[in-house]
Amino acid sequence: MNDNSKITSFHLDVLKEIGNIGAAHAATALSDLLGKKIDMKVPKVEMVPFHEMMELAGGSETVVVGVYLRLEGETQGSMFFILPIEQANRFIRRLIQDETFDFNGPDISELGLSAMQEMGNILSGSYLSALSDFTGLNIFPTVPGLSVDMFGAIVSTGLIEISQVSDQVMVINTSIFEEDQDLSNAVHGQFLLLPDPDSFDSIFKALGVM
Amino acid sequence: MQSSNVDKTVKVGIAQMDIVKTPNTIRTSGLGSCVGVVLYDETKNIAGLVHVMLPDSSLARKESINVAKFADTGIEELIQRLKREGAHPFRLKAKIAGGAQMFKFTSDKNSMRIGPRNVEAVKNMLKKNGISIVAEDTGGNSGRTIEFDPATSKLSIRTVNQGVTEI
Repeated sequence: MNDNSKITSFHLDVLKEIGNIGAAHAATALSDLLGKKIDMKVPKVEMVPFHEMMELAGGSETVVVGVYLRLEGETQGSMFFILPIEQANRFIRRLIQDETFDFNGPDISELGLSAMQEMGNILSGSYLSALSDFTGLNIFPTVPGLSVDMFGAIVSTGLIEISQVSDQVMVINTSIFEEDQDLSNAVHGQFLLLPDPDSFDSIFKALGVM
Repeated sequence: MQSSNVDKTVKVGIAQMDIVKTPNTIRTSGLGSCVGVVLYDETKNIAGLVHVMLPDSSLARKESINVAKFADTGIEELIQRLKREGAHPFRLKAKIAGGAQMFKFTSDKNSMRIGPRNVEAVKNMLKKNGISIVAEDTGGNSGRTIEFDPATSKLSIRTVNQGVTEI
């Protein structure tokens, strides 16, 4: 993918479908977990320079809850599950039934952190097994890591591999939201899939589109 | 031309660099494993900042590179640009921040240790150019936003849990 012109709008649609299938499975898993209807938006797929990627969740300084894992195997890349603090608080409060839980502040309860970690495991697992079924590719995710910090600091971790080849990144971005929340209040939880540049060929080949 | 009364903050994005003169300040946000390198000449009230992502340009797997992305080429280019703007190379000093490890992984893949490697590469490059590091805030597990004021030579560092500190 050093030559970006090889990626056509048809290819972008294929990547969009990957985001669609992956996030749909993850949204269902989340819905089961919380006993609450979870909806998703149409995935956005775009090639963006790194500094633009940093603005995706409301700016690189915005504090978010981030789950990160690397994909190894027949296709490689980075994956993030990013939640705004307020949304993460709602999810975890519901999950551990503790209304006082809060991701703000230095002393976050171990129980809440471990619930978040587990939620990250389950959701990324659903996303990736759907991706693996769809493409027929063997994908081995690393154990997800959890961080509550600035969006830019979290997401730049996933750009290290890509940055050795490119100054741009292909972002497959799918937002999820709770049905009962006001849609107008800006940023939602999002799945960000960032395939390594060398991995596009294997994805497209597996799907018979090259 | 901007009015000289208006203080402006120049923002530097990831893998980018820029230069400011008093009364303006220069800032980069959301440093994780990346390192923010500030070079300044106190006598000229000028400072430059580069937001380094990777330790060494030999890691690049393509021919045309963005020099600001790498510690070696980024620092080299920043020195040249500061010189062109009137800074004296022998008076340049450095303050650096960043190089955190945002996630703890069991995997020992090299990319997971990128923070410490970036810091090491920055230090080597500064040493090679005879630039002393006046202050640093590196390592740890927290993201940082930094802002440098060439008028005071202070670097302010904000983290999520520790608030703002100055070095």
